[in-house]
Amino acid sequence: MILSRSSTLSRSLADRCLRWGTATAAMLSGSIVLLVIVFLWKESWPALKELGLVRFFTDASWHPLSDRFGLLPMIAATLATTLGAVLVATPLGIGSAIFTQFYAPPRLARWYRRLIELLAGIPSVVYGLWGLVVLVPIMSHLGGTGQGLLTAICVLALMILPTVSLTADVALGSVPSNWLQGAAASGLRPWTIATQVALPAARSGIGAGVMLATARAIGETMAVLMVAGNVVKMPTSLSGPVRTLTANIASEMGYASSSHRAVLFVSGLLLMVAAAGIVLLAEWLRGDRHE
Amino acid sequence: MNNHRWKESIPTAAMWSIAILITALLAWILCDIAWRGFSHVSWDFLTSEPRDAGRQGGIAPMIVSTLLILCVSLSIAFPLSLGTAIWLVEQTRQTSLGGRAIRMSLDALAAVPSIVFGLFGNAFFCVLLGMEYSILSGGLTLACMLLPILTRVTEEALRSVPTEFQHASAAAGLTKTTTLLYITLPTAGPTIAAGAVLGIGRALAETAALIFTAGYVTRMPGSVWDSGRSLSVHIYDMAMNVPGGNSQAYATALVLIVMLLIVNMTVVSLIRLGSNRISGRNAR
Repeated sequence: MILSRSSTLSRSLADRCLRWGTATAAMLSGSIVLLVIVFLWKESWPALKELGLVRFFTDASWHPLSDRFGLLPMIAATLATTLGAVLVATPLGIGSAIFTQFYAPPRLARWYRRLIELLAGIPSVVYGLWGLVVLVPIMSHLGGTGQGLLTAICVLALMILPTVSLTADVALGSVPSNWLQGAAASGLRPWTIATQVALPAARSGIGAGVMLATARAIGETMAVLMVAGNVVKMPTSLSGPVRTLTANIASEMGYASSSHRAVLFVSGLLLMVAAAGIVLLAEWLRGDRHE
Repeated sequence: MNNHRWKESIPTAAMWSIAILITALLAWILCDIAWRGFSHVSWDFLTSEPRDAGRQGGIAPMIVSTLLILCVSLSIAFPLSLGTAIWLVEQTRQTSLGGRAIRMSLDALAAVPSIVFGLFGNAFFCVLLGMEYSILSGGLTLACMLLPILTRVTEEALRSVPTEFQHASAAAGLTKTTTLLYITLPTAGPTIAAGAVLGIGRALAETAALIFTAGYVTRMPGSVWDSGRSLSVHIYDMAMNVPGGNSQAYATALVLIVMLLIVNMTVVSLIRLGSNRISGRNAR
């Protein structure tokens, strides 16, 4: 900024303290992610060294106490719940953003936006409780106990919907208004303007929002743990119970020791790499558009 | 023309039904929590200790633990994020290598799933630093989680202060520190506070990171070195591990939701105050 071109006054002691103090804070904040990575790596290392990465995929089952460490069913469950939730939440979230931008009267749009923010603020454990008590009995009419893949997808979709909706809302809102006015002046209908002009112009922002929502779905733990049935099993039917990687950590961390504990850290490392990779890609996509 | 209007009415109906569906789902969840929780919430519920594994009694220790965890996490994360944001905005150019590296590492930190923070907190604070299951471990783990969001909000608040304010201050011969303390921070104050309150909301809602760091002991904590169960962990435990605990889980969820609604309203009014303070400059 202008002020950093030093006048004699700005070289005072207080300014130097400020400079060093804030620089230290910034260094500390920046290094926490490294600390997290180092510790996940350090705790997973015994398992990676002894078992190797391949055994997590080739072992027939997950019986950590008798040295069987097949993570594949849980990886598949994480992918299935995430994919399902994103497929459900994306059209609804984009539709909800189009509603606020093109269909709702401004006052209603403001209230509606606040409502979506409220939805985003509900704790995942409360979603889990509602899912367990309300949604599970309804789902059990479809067969099984009601705790299973489909219930998890529904709850998860509801949880990531605000992320898709709010980011798509911002992306649509930043489309230059003279484009929209021009389209309206040439007699196009709201729906045509929204889908033919605004959506293509906002697609990188919307895409980034969907990716953020995907990362959130991968990492979501409590709600999935409560409604997915928590049985280690390949997801073969929509009503069958599954256990995701996150739910596995939450269920077993309390009593795991030695190599079992190390394997849980390996799955944590996998989750972190997947989620952080997606988010950094999304931020890069969004940053690309600004430049 | 008629054909056109007909074609337009289908998407209009579809968009309105999506909005109504989402509103109805939110109403369903909130009404369900309020309906089932309300009959169990009383003064006694808020002020007594749990009995019979939580089926009877109240949630006083959980409220105290939750507040202690909040205090620990905010007292670490708030100053750290404020310092980081000031450095990012005032001490380095937006495109500098250091600034970009720190912003990227905070983005990566924001993406870490909360259960992974739980693993990290368990290995680092509980085991390596010997804090065991304690409110301190839980609070410090949460502090790491809150850091990215707090820094980002504070950074945006500082950037929204018009540069003329700072130019005027520099022209008057004030140092950077004086400008920061008396001009920039007071102007950005309400928005920074809104960020902190947003952080409180996140911390209240967090569960997965706390189970294996703060623990799940239901006793009243004597100090931050004791293990303490947060309200969110109590909801989980009542719903999943204690048969017949559902009504207590709902009552606790209602208390938590009411706290979050208060937090939400505070954020909205602080942001309004903040933007008034900046846009009001032309009136004066």
